[in-house]
Formats: sequence, structure tokens, C-alpha cells
Amino acid sequence: MENKKKSIWVFGDYRNYYQNRVTLQLISKAMDLAKAIDAEVCALVFGHEIDEWIMEYTAHGADRILAIDDPALKSYSTEQYLAIMEALVKERDPEIILIGATDFGREFAPRLAKRLQTGLSADCVGLEITPEGLLVQIAPSFGGNMLAEIVTEYHRPQMATVRPGTFKEIPHDNSRKAQVERLPLMKGLPVPRVRLIEYERCAEKEHSIENAQVIVCGGRGMGNKNNFAKLHELAKILGGGVGATRPVVYAGWADHDALVGQAGKHIKPKILFSFGISGAIQHTAGLGEADFIVAINKNPQATMMKMADVAMVADAGDVLNSLIKELKKRIRE
Amino acid sequence: MLKLVVCIKQVPMVTELPWDEKTGTLRRDLAPGMMNPACKHALEAALQIKEKYSAHISVITMGPPAAKEVLYEALAMGADGTLLICDKILAGSDTYMTSWILAQAIRKHCANVDLILCGAFTADSETAQVGPQLAESLNLPAVAYVEKIEMNGRILRVRRIVDNFRETLEMECPALVTVSMENYLPRYVGLGGLQSAFGENQIKVLDAAALGIAAADVKKQGSRTKVRRVFLRKTQKENEYFTGVAVNVVNEFLNKYERKISTVIGKSIEGKERTRGK
Repeated sequence: MENKKKSIWVFGDYRNYYQNRVTLQLISKAMDLAKAIDAEVCALVFGHEIDEWIMEYTAHGADRILAIDDPALKSYSTEQYLAIMEALVKERDPEIILIGATDFGREFAPRLAKRLQTGLSADCVGLEITPEGLLVQIAPSFGGNMLAEIVTEYHRPQMATVRPGTFKEIPHDNSRKAQVERLPLMKGLPVPRVRLIEYERCAEKEHSIENAQVIVCGGRGMGNKNNFAKLHELAKILGGGVGATRPVVYAGWADHDALVGQAGKHIKPKILFSFGISGAIQHTAGLGEADFIVAINKNPQATMMKMADVAMVADAGDVLNSLIKELKKRIRE
Repeated sequence: MLKLVVCIKQVPMVTELPWDEKTGTLRRDLAPGMMNPACKHALEAALQIKEKYSAHISVITMGPPAAKEVLYEALAMGADGTLLICDKILAGSDTYMTSWILAQAIRKHCANVDLILCGAFTADSETAQVGPQLAESLNLPAVAYVEKIEMNGRILRVRRIVDNFRETLEMECPALVTVSMENYLPRYVGLGGLQSAFGENQIKVLDAAALGIAAADVKKQGSRTKVRRVFLRKTQKENEYFTGVAVNVVNEFLNKYERKISTVIGKSIEGKERTRGK
């Protein structure tokens, strides 16, 4: 180590780069944090044929890149990455490690923190530096209805996984320079005990609604199964998913997968349409992080209407039909 | 026979969250509890393994004496043995410490375990960290967010969807999985079943000393993180009301918010309805 400048590390998670640019967002935030504690921003890139990512992270603001390019790393392996990170951290002693809260990140980071005997906060939606130089990690709990401020006082590195979309990446700038260190793959890495037998990229929207940008939720106010089914048409037009309340799931109008609330999914859409839902707390417990809520209900006093940005006082079924019709007319592909 | 361990957590029921108005914090101690939904899915996965391959299921939880309730529920669902880890010196543990305590309990009381199942995350703190950290503590191979488990002798084949990839993975027992809520819908247990479970008082309760945990260990293996403050998220909503005939309300809404919607869905929307006879 040439000098003892502090370092903030950002784990390069590039597997779904075109859908999820969380690594770039974290580099940008790390640049802010680095000013407060006079540190450098260091991005880590492990894999095979990774020059694309080295260039990308450089153009987006990393001061240093630690890269290991090896055919043995061509698919993501928690166990291998753990061993690599453990060795690098022990050698270089970073102050902070930020990891995107992708599914991979949230499986990998806890093991890494445990192995490094340090603290970790999950799925943070805010990061700050205290006057003393501590990282304040702001993490959601109770379906996003509450936030917790978490610090790791006495152990290093301070670690957090961060919700994709929380921070803004800085624009791509080809003139930026980073110190790129190409390191050899360490000897004696463990043979992974978890073996990937097969994998395929999912068809779009096949999976759960937890990451959908638009969600159309329906409740008992939809009246019957056929009316409820029309929510799928609206969701399709908007490129979103369908959610449901518990009574609707019990009535068999929707699958359990669609259940939103305390016993089901916690959702965080940019826009939520809520059709015929009164707003029992078992349901609203899962809505703490919906950005913009549009509620439709005949009863203006319903809790769901009171917590909405836009409340339409009308029959849910009629509004649904009109909305589908109007959107079809107005949307230009 | 397979030996399964399911780690479950009692979480507060949000319907009854008592707030301390002054500090804006949750009086967790006053909230009635329930079995965390994802943990219940993990228990269901274990029960289905038991039905198919024959197994012994031990259920472990850590918490206050009231956490016995979720263990009775687990017994009613079909678990074979239970263990409550209960000690004031362990209260307030973060995931680092919790995973270490669970690991101690499993080493001491469920030696030779073949498979550990945890819920993928809890409804209260939602860290999804205890499962992977428990695997790390016990140096076990692990897979998170599992939707389907099959066993072929000592080989565990699991399926999951992560980061938009559908994956099939294999590992050898002993191993750990965290179970998602996509599949394994928990079975329903009637009141009768619950009552008879409450009748059989077979909950083992152990304190720190019984687990071989001394105060010095708590210091060494203790929490790495500290929660400085918990607060209600402020949401400033416009709460704008549109009233009238459905078609008019819809047009009024679209005229005002077409930009917002088109930005989110990535398609352009015409702002004003086309002039047309009404």
C-alpha cells in the first residue's frame, strides 16, 4: 500500500447492467461520501472478459479499480467472491463497502460481513456521514413505514447494501481516469460447494411484483372475479403487475403470489393504482414505499383514499374500464 | 432419517403496533406477535420434505417468553421438537449476534443436522441477513430465496429466481436454505390443533448459560451495528380528490398526470383527449 488514504469500495454487480445500474449509482454516492472523509472511491470488478465494466466504472467516477479477470470467474459464485473479498479486505483495509441490494448482493453481503466480523445494514435508502466520520445507514423496516438509522461504531469496514434506484449516477465521461489494478486470481480458492446446474434469463414480468414500477392492486370493491381479471389488462398496458388484498386472494380471484401487505409482498412501485380497496392495515403495511398512489373507491372516507395522492370517488369497475379505454387511445408505442 | 432445523421468528402484528407518541418509536414489547410469514413458508417446506422423505423437524426461535406462542403453532403444524432461546443478555441482538447464537444452539442441541431452513426475510426488520450469516457461522453451503427443494440422497437440488434468472442449483447436505414466499403456502391449522399443541407442554427453553454463552462471549460476538433512531417515514401526499362520472374523472386524471405516467412506463401518452363530441 503506497499511502494510507481511506478507501470506499463499491462492489461491481454487472449481471443485470441494462436493467439495474445500481453499481453506477453507488459510485456516484461514494464520491459524495468520499469528500466528507477524504477517501478514494474504489470499484471492484471480478469476472471474465470484464474490460467493458472497468471502462464503465472509470467513466462513472471511480478513482481506482481492482480487477480480477479469470475464466474461473465467468459465472457469479458467492463462495468464490467471498474468498476473494476476504483476501483483498485483509490486505487493504477499506473504510466502507457498498453493495447493491440486488438478490445477489443481499445473499453475498451478509456472509461477507460475517466473515469480516463487521456490521451490515440492509437495503438502505439513505447514506450520510456524521461529523465524526461515521457512516449513517438509513434502512427501511415494517414495509417501509419506518426508517432506522444504523451505524457500525467499532468495526471496519462499515458495510451496507443499498436499494437500486436510491441514488443518481453521474453522467458517463470518457475523459475520466482511474488507477486500474489488474490482480491475478488468488491461489487456493475453495471449490464452490453450491453448483449451478442450469439457468436461464426469465421472460419479462414473469416474476413477482416486488420490483415492478407500476402496480395495479384490487380489493373486494372490484365486485367479482371477472371484474378483477380486467386489472391484468390495465397492468399489461402499463407494463406493470397485479396485486391483491387478502379477501380477494381467499376468494380465489388472485393467486397468493399477488398478495400485498403484512403477510404478503412489500411493494415499492413508482405508481400504484388501488381499485376498490378500503385500506385495512394488513394491506397498507406493504405500501410504505409506493411513490405515487392513485386510489379509486366509491367511499371518499376509505383509509386508502386518505393516503392517496389522487383519490377518484367513483365506481372502481367503471373507472377501470374507462382507464383501459382511454389509455389504449392515448398511448403511442 | 433426515434431521431438519427450521429457524423462525415472532414478529409484531402491524395491526396492533403501539407507538410511543413522544419519541415516535415502536413499543415492540407491547405488540402482540405472530409467526413471521416467510418463516412459516420455511416450516411448510420442511413439512413437505418430512412427508416425502421422512424427517425430524426441530424448530428454534429466540425471543421473550411470549415467543413460545409461535413454537406451539409450529408444533400444531407438524414440527417434532422446539427450542426457545430466551435470555435478557441476548436481547437487542443484530443479525451478526443472532446468527452466532443460533449457530451455538444448533451445534449444541441439533448436532448432525442435515438441512437448516430459514424464512428469506422478516416482516419487521427485513434484513434477509440471518440465514446467510448463520450459514457462514456454521460454514455450510447455502442458497437464498429458494422456491422448490428436492432431495436425492444427500444431494439437495433447489430452484429459485434471482435477479431475473431462473436457477437450478445443487449442494450436498449439510446445507442451509432461505425460503421465499413464492411457493410453499403454509398449511392451515385449525383452532383444535392449536389447542392440543398448547396442551402438550413440550417447549424446551434455554438461557445463554445453557447454550454455553458467557458474558465475555456476548461482548466478543456481540452486535456490530447499533440502531441510533427509528422513525416513522413522513409522507407528504397531495391527497387530491376527483369526483364525478368515471369517464370524466379518468380524463381529468390523465390530462393532469400524463407526463408522470409516461415517464414511468416509458411510452408517450397524449396529454389532452382528442376533441370529440361528448
